[in-house]
Amino acid sequence: MAMVSSPRGGPYALPFRSPPVDQVYVEERAVALGKRSIKKETKVAGLRLAVRMMDLTTLEGKDSPGKVRSLCAKALRPLDTDPTIGPVGAVCVYPNMVPVAVEALKGSGVHVASVATAFPSGLSPLPIKLEDVRRAVDFGADEIDMVIDRGAMLSGEYARVYDEIAQTKEACGAAHLKVILETGELGTYDTVRHASDIAMAAGADFIKTSTGKITPAATPAVTLVMLEAIRDFFYATGRRIGMKPAGGIRTAKQALHYLVIVKETLGDAWLTPDLFRFGASTLLNDVLMQLEKERTGAYQGQDYFSKD
Amino acid sequence: MSMTHDPPKAAVPALDFGAAWTYAPAPEATDHVKIKPRHELFIDGSWQAPRSGRYFDSISPSSEAKLTEVAEASEADVDAAVSAARRAYEQVWSRMKPLERGKYIYRIARRIQEKARELAVAESLDGGKPIKESRDVDIPLAAAHFFYYAGWADKLDHAFPGSNPRPLGVAGQVIPWNFPLLMAAWKIAPALACGNTVVLKPAETTPLTALMLAEIFREVDLPPGVVNIITGAGATGAALVRHPGVDKVAFTGSTAVGKQIQKSLAGSRKKLTLELGGKAANIVFADAPIDQAIEGIIGGIFFNQGHVCCAGSRLLVEESVHDLVVRKLKDRMATLRLGDPLDKNTDVGAINSRMQLEKIRELVAAGEQEGAERFSAPCPLPPRGFWFPPTIFTNVSLSHRIAREEIFGPVLSILTFRTPEEALEKANNTFYGLSAGIWTDKGAKLFWMANRLRAGVVWGNTYNKFDPTSPFGGYKESGFGREGGKAGLLPYLEVNG
Repeated sequence: MAMVSSPRGGPYALPFRSPPVDQVYVEERAVALGKRSIKKETKVAGLRLAVRMMDLTTLEGKDSPGKVRSLCAKALRPLDTDPTIGPVGAVCVYPNMVPVAVEALKGSGVHVASVATAFPSGLSPLPIKLEDVRRAVDFGADEIDMVIDRGAMLSGEYARVYDEIAQTKEACGAAHLKVILETGELGTYDTVRHASDIAMAAGADFIKTSTGKITPAATPAVTLVMLEAIRDFFYATGRRIGMKPAGGIRTAKQALHYLVIVKETLGDAWLTPDLFRFGASTLLNDVLMQLEKERTGAYQGQDYFSKD
Repeated sequence: MSMTHDPPKAAVPALDFGAAWTYAPAPEATDHVKIKPRHELFIDGSWQAPRSGRYFDSISPSSEAKLTEVAEASEADVDAAVSAARRAYEQVWSRMKPLERGKYIYRIARRIQEKARELAVAESLDGGKPIKESRDVDIPLAAAHFFYYAGWADKLDHAFPGSNPRPLGVAGQVIPWNFPLLMAAWKIAPALACGNTVVLKPAETTPLTALMLAEIFREVDLPPGVVNIITGAGATGAALVRHPGVDKVAFTGSTAVGKQIQKSLAGSRKKLTLELGGKAANIVFADAPIDQAIEGIIGGIFFNQGHVCCAGSRLLVEESVHDLVVRKLKDRMATLRLGDPLDKNTDVGAINSRMQLEKIRELVAAGEQEGAERFSAPCPLPPRGFWFPPTIFTNVSLSHRIAREEIFGPVLSILTFRTPEEALEKANNTFYGLSAGIWTDKGAKLFWMANRLRAGVVWGNTYNKFDPTSPFGGYKESGFGREGGKAGLLPYLEVNG
């Protein structure tokens, strides 16, 4: 066992290797959890929770301060007719948009997350990636979504993957660190599991599936694999690491499926925005539509929900 | 496990599967299912009142409420059923072109699919199993068996080339209560495909879906007498097995009854297949994908409340991962939802009968008394009906009753091993030999074990997988003969050597 010093103090023994994952059975389990029947008050409670867990995201080259301000308004009050819904967990933007979001969300408790580390590819020299992180934090981001070096992970340079995450964590200061594995590029569940273990050992507060720029992004099975890694880390250390599936989650039904997976894998403690987030740009309106349907008994047209 | 000179351990972090977000009841609708208040015997294509005049109640084990009453077939009724089967065999079924026989069997399969929802609800009401199992496993597999054997009906010469396969005549079949419709399908489909006619007796606690199957036979115009379904308890089954007009006996059930049947048939011309009990080893190596093995262990023992002859009821786990596996099992058991079989979120349903519940309780008490350590899932039990919480025993020795006897309930015995040889010896150290499971990331180890296990079915990195194309059956006191696949045709055929 290689004893390494964790950024949070306290030694954590890096395992020689991660446990294997059986593709067939993990996918079967993920599908089985999707068969839970979520109705009535369970559905409403789940969807309300999902709203509070959302990292409302815009990551486009054409993002403007106006669009970000509009997104922040939606984050604070997702449904104009019902102030008890929301606010969301965070707004997630590029570093240059952080000051706009910080201003718009001031005093609300909604976090400002920024992607950094040469997102989405991560293919820049480490000093530049770390500078990217420091700037985002200086701008006021209190959550940093970094990407791992997939090339290093796939070529077996695990120490480099670890060191980059550890140094990024250091650069974050007080900001929370979400580590994006970009599971769609890792090829196997075994590699996803291994990357999850490395990220947690190196100081991740959250592990996250995807940038949203690559297909496949989040899937129930890959999320389950990562939750199982979080569970083993908790068994070993008592520390609770958060989980953020991102990309491809567009419907309320999918969101509920993910909540079921969390509930039945990690239990009650993780059913909070502090430990589970959805990275999504279009999910919110479908959730709101379903909530309105449960409240009124009828579906409203899409134009009744603001498209921010 | 811990030694006294170990330093005191810090508090172990624990997961909490509580009430943060609970599932509202999600009951399957039952209004589309009409259960007749009384069921007669299905003989010669029509419903006939029992010559005994006697009926018995069929209750729902989850509520103890009476569902219907069912005719009790006497020896005279058995005789009528066997005679009808004989007539149908000689005058219709054995003379029919095999292609035409196949068409009838296909129609049965399709009709089962059409009535799948109704059959699933009835199965869960009558037997206590969760609706998600009857809906996703029992009924689809029953249809699949009829589809599969329908295809063989006109291809028997290709299955056994040059050996002139011929039907046996009348098959007397007695089936258990754990998979009522599925076991009926396993028995009836190959018998019909091979050109035999059938008298089938379902278990007395779960006759409902077999009687619904009889209605399906009427709906698809199966010629009268080709399949007869008679209800009753052990005496009815014994009368059927002993009846001189029966050419072939097929029984699935307990080893004790299987032995009685084999004795009673000694010296007769009747062919016999037996599918009996089991005490399967589910073997988990340290290099296994542990989280998936946990799912296999849970499914292996708690599927259908453990009322499964091939249940993985003995967990053999490599010592170095024993504590981790037990910890994960306990956390997983905390998420199992026990209760109303008709709730779509129920994982563990009702125990099939009061008698079976008493048997489980008796063996669990023996386990505690012999010194094994019991852990039961922390799920509340409904006030009415027959229930037993999912339970595991650690510190089990090979000599304990709970490690040797079939419990046929949601009770797992956990033993450890250190080397593959030790695992193999412990796995084979049983008078049963129906099934086994192996969990390892190493292909070579998996095949080394599989080739040495004395078990009819060996699953690798999975458990309880069934398919009509795959033969199923036992070694040793788990019985003989195979059901499923091409091998499943042989017990219903005469072939030239």
